[in-house]
Amino acid sequence: MTPFDETAAQPYRPRPPADPWEQVELALTLLAIDPRGLRGMWLRARTGPVRDRVLSGLALLAPRKLHPAISDEALLGGLDLSATLASGELTRHAGLLAEPGLKLLAMAERCPPGLAARLGQALDSVPEISLVALDEAAEEGEGLPPALADRLGLFVDLDSLSWGESREISLPRGAIATAQARLGAIATGKALARLTRVAAELGIGSLRAPLMALACARAHAAWRGSDAVEVVDMEVAVALALAHRATRLPEDAPPPDETPDPPPPDQQEGEAETQDPTPDLPDEGLIAAASTALPPGLLARLQAARVARSARAASGAGAARKSMRRGRPLPARAGKPGSGARVDVIATLRQAAPWQKMRRRLMPSRAADRLLLMPSDIRIRRYQDRTDRVLIFVVDASGSSALARLAEAKGAVELMLAEAYSARDHVALVSFRGQSAELSLPPTRSLVQAKRRLAGLPGGGATPLASALQTALEAADQARGQGMAPTLALLTDGRGNIALDGSADRAQAAQEAAQLARAIAAKGLPALVIDTSLRPKPALRELAGQMGAEMIALPRADARGLSAALGAVLGR
Amino acid sequence: MTPFPFTAIVGQDEMKTAMILTAIDPKIGGVLVFGDRGTGKSTAVRALAALLPPIEAVAGCPCNSARPADCPDWADVTDQHLVTRPTPVVDLPLGVTEDRVTGALDIERALTRGEKAFEAGLLARANRGYLYIDEVNLLEDHIVDLLLDVAQSGENVVEREGLSIRHPARFVLVGSGNPEEGELRPQLLDRFGLSVEVKSPDDIETRVEVIRRRDAYENDLEAFMEDYAPQDAALRERILAARAALPQVRTSNVALHDCASVCLALGSDGLRGELTLLRTARALAAFEGADELTRAHIRASAPMALRHRLRRDPLDEAGSTARVARQLAEVLP
Repeated sequence: MTPFDETAAQPYRPRPPADPWEQVELALTLLAIDPRGLRGMWLRARTGPVRDRVLSGLALLAPRKLHPAISDEALLGGLDLSATLASGELTRHAGLLAEPGLKLLAMAERCPPGLAARLGQALDSVPEISLVALDEAAEEGEGLPPALADRLGLFVDLDSLSWGESREISLPRGAIATAQARLGAIATGKALARLTRVAAELGIGSLRAPLMALACARAHAAWRGSDAVEVVDMEVAVALALAHRATRLPEDAPPPDETPDPPPPDQQEGEAETQDPTPDLPDEGLIAAASTALPPGLLARLQAARVARSARAASGAGAARKSMRRGRPLPARAGKPGSGARVDVIATLRQAAPWQKMRRRLMPSRAADRLLLMPSDIRIRRYQDRTDRVLIFVVDASGSSALARLAEAKGAVELMLAEAYSARDHVALVSFRGQSAELSLPPTRSLVQAKRRLAGLPGGGATPLASALQTALEAADQARGQGMAPTLALLTDGRGNIALDGSADRAQAAQEAAQLARAIAAKGLPALVIDTSLRPKPALRELAGQMGAEMIALPRADARGLSAALGAVLGR
Repeated sequence: MTPFPFTAIVGQDEMKTAMILTAIDPKIGGVLVFGDRGTGKSTAVRALAALLPPIEAVAGCPCNSARPADCPDWADVTDQHLVTRPTPVVDLPLGVTEDRVTGALDIERALTRGEKAFEAGLLARANRGYLYIDEVNLLEDHIVDLLLDVAQSGENVVEREGLSIRHPARFVLVGSGNPEEGELRPQLLDRFGLSVEVKSPDDIETRVEVIRRRDAYENDLEAFMEDYAPQDAALRERILAARAALPQVRTSNVALHDCASVCLALGSDGLRGELTLLRTARALAAFEGADELTRAHIRASAPMALRHRLRRDPLDEAGSTARVARQLAEVLP
């Protein structure tokens, strides 16, 4: 499949590969040619034989494996305890990031923001390091941390590929070396300006993107054996390095006043660069290459993941933590290393020190050893960490008073967030109206995020209370899974009139709401029901009872009143 | 890796000005750069490092003391020669442990020679220089606490593992981060003298120029550095001249009054806002070669000196930059 075989026999017809598997092979080849420029690859694929084929293709680059729970010590290096104690001299072991080469991050969608930031810093500062992130996201809303997605040049999606479409990959070592040698001499011509323009038209804000695209085009030109970047190279670059970052595609072109007019194509530079090997083509061709590069619907999924991910990441360093690893240090304890515990070397040495003379006498055979360490000396580190709380607002956006109430609820969310840092609280918002409820704001601690998501929440319609409780319950479960402690706050003035299946059956709606309320009580979720109607309704009190929730009546509650009442109930 | 030349950074004028002003007067107290991914935040910080004038320090001193008499006792400084060094710019990586920040028992010496000695940490190395924290909003809470304490006192005190050690730790704090990934604690926010918000340029020609220079830097390093060396040198000279001129900048009562009324109108907490605004405006005046502080200097400095000190009003939809601009228009017409 190398272009060189073909060029000899027949003129090589430069076209970006239409076959998706060829595109995968091409991406791997380009990464092998220029890992310094491309920095890495975002590989979206679940585990399976297709992915295994890709990984076996990567074997040429001898990747070192990382996993999301990797410790900083393994990553950045640290004290080699056994060697230190054995030799009596300080011995450090190098971290995985200290050695150059390709790293392979498995389960990249679970990569915590801290690890993403460290890897990002390494990618920025060490040109010899490159990274392939295996994104195994199975659900909507999961995805690669944006800090990594921004820094990895190439994107490959294997989810739409079947085993039948895939083939064995073996990267041609010789041809790659030939291409690498050409890399420095490739003329880029107008490719730089055009790729930058295409990136802007696709709504890509980061300036790393056009740089990566340029590296991709250059690598492809080198691979073809050309000495200049041509349109086909740019098409490949758009498909592999830009398309997945797009926040808009031509079919949903923005209103004309939003985008600056594309500058007249290369009029100013036209005369100066008559030797330019790049034929002039309107950028639309390249932009179209972006929309054909991705399977339908993928971009929407990526975007959903991006939003959810950044909302989740906005919770900062506050996700679940093991008390053996992070947090405020507590005095070290006797214990055994392993299972996540780290040895406190200093405490261990201090424990061993007073016994040295005695042990030397008791063990004459080892009297020459510098340090006589017994298993009972080992001290392990302990840390204390608080669980973060997440306050899930469940807000009734139905009916006539919806807009005012929604506005006050938004205000309360923002007020609570403003005070949230010190209290370590996250806030989420479930709004319900019409047929169903939705998680309008995933748990977050970021005011910026919250404002963005809360602006323009619609109101009005029927009251799907059961759906709201269900959504809230799911959100609470998920929060618990992430190690946070959820609390529900339900703001409503009425009773549900829409059942879970969307039908307007009051009896069924009430029954389902009661069921879910009992489920909430059974899960031991602390909850609070706020009745915002002018005359408190007994039905709501009954629901609160089933939920095991406290009930307060706050007619005409304003944002400050609301947040004060909540604060009081939550015991701040 | 050779840092990108400071003067080759396209646009981002407010960020560049803020960094230059802290280089002129370190008492302004550091810069916080918040903005989108891929806007060159860390590039600018590393570029600044290469631009800073060198300092004189005792050769063997772990905390860059200016005179032999200033060296801490525990350091046992044998080489007391004064040497010229680049201004230290120390990276504080995210996963850093408390030991590495403050310094700790020197395990090597404890093990091999049985001596109790202190191994200096990052804070000692950053003394008289810059401490840079990338992704500052993701830093562990207990490290933040520690930094706040040291930044406030200018001294690092270590009481642990049977050691009792103190040494000066005065540094300019530079942080960068992306606000979408988490907020910064208000106490830490207040520690930064200036704050700037960066976003990627939205006009195509500027973007193309950014990419062009970055590409040249990555693929033709030597020629590119040579192109910008004279400009970087000129800027360094200008910073040095401004440093020398700083004490001569006259500050009238009117200017003091202006500073106070802007801060009052904005309701910024405490007096740190006023002081920072005054220092920043004065450094700007010195940089521009003016011999008197004018209202224009104050107006230009106020956004970066004050935007992160406003009391947070989550119900105000406008961002803090807009709020500062609004009050400026009213108070300093």
